[in-house]
Amino acid sequence: MSVTVLIPTPLQKLTKNQATVECDGGSIGELLESLEQNCPGIKARLCDEQGELRRFVNFYVNNEDIRFLEGQQTALKDGDEVSIIPAIAGG
Amino acid sequence: MTQTLANQSHGSALKALKCKECGAEYELQATHVCEYCFGPLEVSYDFSRLSQPITRESIEAGPNSIWRYRSFLPVETDNPIDVGTGMTPLLKSHRLARQLGLENLYIKNDAVNMPTLSFKDRVVSVALTRAQELGFSTVSCASTGNLANSTAAIATRAGLDCCVFIPADLEAGKVMGTLIYGPTVMAVQGNYDQVNRLCSEVANTHGWGFVNINLRPYYSEGSKTLGYEVAEQLGWELPDHIVAPLASGSLFTKIYKGFREFVDNGLVDDKAVRFSGAQAEGCSPIAQAYKEDRDFINPVKPNTIAKSIAIGNPADGVYAIDIAKKTNGTIESVTDAEIVEGMKLLAETEGIFTETAGGTTIAVLKKLVDAGKINPDEKTVVYITGNGLKTQEAVQGYIGQPFAIEPKLDSFERALERSRTLDRLDWQPVLV
Repeated sequence: MSVTVLIPTPLQKLTKNQATVECDGGSIGELLESLEQNCPGIKARLCDEQGELRRFVNFYVNNEDIRFLEGQQTALKDGDEVSIIPAIAGG
Repeated sequence: MTQTLANQSHGSALKALKCKECGAEYELQATHVCEYCFGPLEVSYDFSRLSQPITRESIEAGPNSIWRYRSFLPVETDNPIDVGTGMTPLLKSHRLARQLGLENLYIKNDAVNMPTLSFKDRVVSVALTRAQELGFSTVSCASTGNLANSTAAIATRAGLDCCVFIPADLEAGKVMGTLIYGPTVMAVQGNYDQVNRLCSEVANTHGWGFVNINLRPYYSEGSKTLGYEVAEQLGWELPDHIVAPLASGSLFTKIYKGFREFVDNGLVDDKAVRFSGAQAEGCSPIAQAYKEDRDFINPVKPNTIAKSIAIGNPADGVYAIDIAKKTNGTIESVTDAEIVEGMKLLAETEGIFTETAGGTTIAVLKKLVDAGKINPDEKTVVYITGNGLKTQEAVQGYIGQPFAIEPKLDSFERALERSRTLDRLDWQPVLV
């Protein structure tokens, strides 16, 4: 079970400058743990002290914002593409 | 030229980029997101660096454009891109005011901003000036239309290559108003938020300056000039209340920042200014969060005729809510039907043809007055940010047709009689 994660520039220092990372996880929540194991320190950048995603971090599964899906409970399947995008753009 | 020189003698107050969330500071490069908490970066200034204090007189001696406020803008050059942007009319309203029962209403009319008839010319003039300073040769943007018009026009004037991204379903006037300047235009099959997301992914791969992504900290500062100009045009005084449209929320927060900077630099007396925001009901994530007293935004999928402000995932939404709350303002939304009525009301009372965003703002103004949320004698400024000729689709079918007449006196007389007896929408485009 493998999911491709697109890593935004500000986090690529934690992924050895890789723009994509292959990860496991049956949900976004599990994916975050898997990412943390592969790239220590990344979870603290994405989540606040309560483990909630920071308000300026957006996750997309196959181009859909997870806030239109089931948030961190959103299920993932083999081959899914997850994008992590800073919310600060536009206007 | 002496005017320009007077404005140049101050130097630059630019200091750093600073995260609005955690306060981390960054160099003044093309970057917009905090590496630690993903918060937005904003330009900070140290006005004590200026060789002379900024005074009313030094501003008045500057050019008749946004660049009279150059010391407050995030550029270092003495030769910004000045295409006459800004210093648009601030009109004292009489007929609209009377109809609404207000006694102290002003209209800031950026429907006639230069060169592309929306407030976006302000932010783009600043962003592209900064883009040149940072060495970009290609500029880009994610746009609901007005920004694409402005970026394409000012880029060509400055000799920069340009590639813009728009949602595929934009109004014809907005698309044509971009294509004419000869940029590369990508019409994306999706809504603005999807365009924006795509651009966020493109931004760092092609080395382009995206005005509202990696140049966003500089770009957004241009909106402060809508605060400065109103204060100057009111005779160096702040208003009591402003009503402005909310898309990403950036404009709203920057008008606030502009007023505060004028107070902090002793250019106007301090005063409580109420900030009220306007959204279209079909895309009102900020108004919804405000009503539900949330400090986070739930994104929505836009469905409204007010396409220029149809941002379902507004980056500065939470900051707009903060400002509305702490200034005792409010955030309200109106239906598409009310937006069309707002466009007609402004046109028929003040002779200003605004686009759907302006219709939204006027409709919200009316709603706030009806609800008793604006006192009749409050000095209220309503911001009109775009031009109606670009969104003609929105009002077609609601404004009637001309009479078709023969070049004969009796034909004219018959038509005139009908115009006095029939409702406007019952006029027929058949020969009378």
